[in-house]
Amino acid sequence: MYSQALNERIEGPRIVEDPEKLAAFQARIDAEERIEPNDWMPEAYRRTLIRQISQHAHSEVVGMLPEGNWITRAPSLRRKAALLAKVQDEGGHGLYLYAAAETLGVSREELYEQLLSGKAKYSSIFNYPTLTWADIGCIGWLVDGAAIMNQIPLCRTSYGPYARAMIRICKEESFHQRQGYEIMLTLCRGTPEQKAMAQDALNRWWWPSLMMFGPPDSESRHTEESMRWKIKRFTNDELRQKFVDATVPQGHYLGLTFPDPELRFDEATGHWRFGRIDWEEFKRVLAGHGPCNRERMAARRKAHEEGAWVREAVLAHAAKRRARERAQKIAAE
Amino acid sequence: MTTIHVEETPHLAYVLRLADSALINSHRLSEWCGHAPMLEEDLALANIALDLLGQARLLYEHAAALEGRGRSEDDLAYLRDAPQFKNLLITELPRGDFAFTIVRQTLLSAFFHPFWQLARGSSDRTLAAIAGKAEKEVAYHLRHAGAWLVRLGDGTEESRKRTVEALETLWPYTGELFEVDAVGEAMIEAGIAPDPASVRPVFEQTIDRLLAEAGLARPVAAWMQTGGLRGVHTEHLGHLLAVMQHLQRAYPGAVW
Amino acid sequence: MAEQPMPLWEVFIRSRTGLAHRHVGSVHAADAEMALQAARDTYTRRGEGLSIWVVPSAAITASDPAEKGPLFEPTASKIYRHPSFYEIPEEVGHM
Repeated sequence: MYSQALNERIEGPRIVEDPEKLAAFQARIDAEERIEPNDWMPEAYRRTLIRQISQHAHSEVVGMLPEGNWITRAPSLRRKAALLAKVQDEGGHGLYLYAAAETLGVSREELYEQLLSGKAKYSSIFNYPTLTWADIGCIGWLVDGAAIMNQIPLCRTSYGPYARAMIRICKEESFHQRQGYEIMLTLCRGTPEQKAMAQDALNRWWWPSLMMFGPPDSESRHTEESMRWKIKRFTNDELRQKFVDATVPQGHYLGLTFPDPELRFDEATGHWRFGRIDWEEFKRVLAGHGPCNRERMAARRKAHEEGAWVREAVLAHAAKRRARERAQKIAAE
Repeated sequence: MTTIHVEETPHLAYVLRLADSALINSHRLSEWCGHAPMLEEDLALANIALDLLGQARLLYEHAAALEGRGRSEDDLAYLRDAPQFKNLLITELPRGDFAFTIVRQTLLSAFFHPFWQLARGSSDRTLAAIAGKAEKEVAYHLRHAGAWLVRLGDGTEESRKRTVEALETLWPYTGELFEVDAVGEAMIEAGIAPDPASVRPVFEQTIDRLLAEAGLARPVAAWMQTGGLRGVHTEHLGHLLAVMQHLQRAYPGAVW
Repeated sequence: MAEQPMPLWEVFIRSRTGLAHRHVGSVHAADAEMALQAARDTYTRRGEGLSIWVVPSAAITASDPAEKGPLFEPTASKIYRHPSFYEIPEEVGHM
């Protein structure tokens, strides 16, 4: 999902944990207790969380770009307001998540540095371009739909600040998917050109949306540990299947075709069976070779660099003000 | 759909001016979303843009009702060309750097806060109601932009330099805020519009207070820009509209 | 070049009159006014608040979870602090 690169190995020295503390920690997790910032936790738990939460935060912030691309071109004032509010929400969600990650002893500056240097990953989905207005519909419907599928179980994740951030995010995101689906519905009920626009967008976004859930369980190295620690509560494949089952009928209602000739309903299991995902493409995009990776990073870096003088200025102003207040106090004494 | 023609009575022209200024200002602010100096500011500027967009929509709706030809807010926003737009020139200037945005928003908010306060007493009851909502929103915009102006003016050497430059560039566009043409006169006379002359003292007081706190001087205006109210714009509005109106123009008559 | 960190502030919001301020998250800001505005723009976008407190995170002193035993367990045995400890005949009615 937004932390689909978790499959990669965690760097850093291996730490041998005290088995007694470890057992007590696991007992708390098993009892569905929440772990809070100052509690003892295994170093691997802390690192996994920092990585997962920050990847999630980075995804929200980079995710502002492909949709932000259309704020100035939204075709009606109503759509413009909704899109601006939605992209702003994503910034807000990034902010909540950075704050949650910071409770684990890492600063936002460090996390930004990891993103901008290319060391930290973000969801592969945001490296695809938004070419037409229908892409905005598809992102809301599919990308936010997939995100919600992943995020609802995260509201019960074992780390307190992360779970609380997710509750807030899920509450706010409920309008995002509806916003997207409404755009798709309007296009599909519109002119033939508009419907073709909707179909073209679905063709381009369907497979990347399925990749959002991360590699198949058979190749996912960290799933087991993350499940044991209740950082994760469903496997990648379970969530992907849930998403497909929920989404396919919605697509059919729109009168659109999914770009998967193998897609069919399996009466026996009640699930929609889908074709093979191109994992080579997934790995390529995650490794930095998607259509927009370089542009997205360049845009983030540009905003950060061009904002440096502003951040410096406010800190300088605050320092000046403190100095003046101190001087006044001394003078008064 | 091709460009529409709006038969402007003074009342309609006046409401459209306010709507256009709010929309174009909102549009420029929305360009920051995803590109601000810090995440907190992405959110703040988007909030201001959303407030202004909300004001614009209410004003267009009112304008459409005044026209009485069954047009929508979108017809007015998307199907008029640059010369028909009557926004203040200051709103259409490109986004610029963060100092430029802050100075522009401070100047506009310092004007529109007392303006909307007075407009609550408008004899046009719809406009008075819009003013009641806008007044509170702009009070916050002023607080936000004003605090930033002080930080940037009294921050580092660089932030001060950029702020002074923005102020020098933008000050000549403040004359338009107080312009009264035949439309304005008729509206003031009818008790529909506040007289900008009564807004001026509060505007100047606010600006002088903020500039003093920021350690900056008010620029000396040798000459003031003009034209927005007559539809004579800068070169930038055409580009802005080309982007904003693109889909409505490319697919005439489609519903979005 | 490592950037100078922007101070962190904890945000508390009163959502309705009569309720206490509740911790909702944090923001980064250089001064208190900036923190207050950032809190407003971040955490009250959907009418969630009537009042905001911002506190520099560095100003908070927290208890140590490792001392949970000495800090909080001694109260567990003081059952006489709870109304159910006392027996009142039913005829007396609700008390």
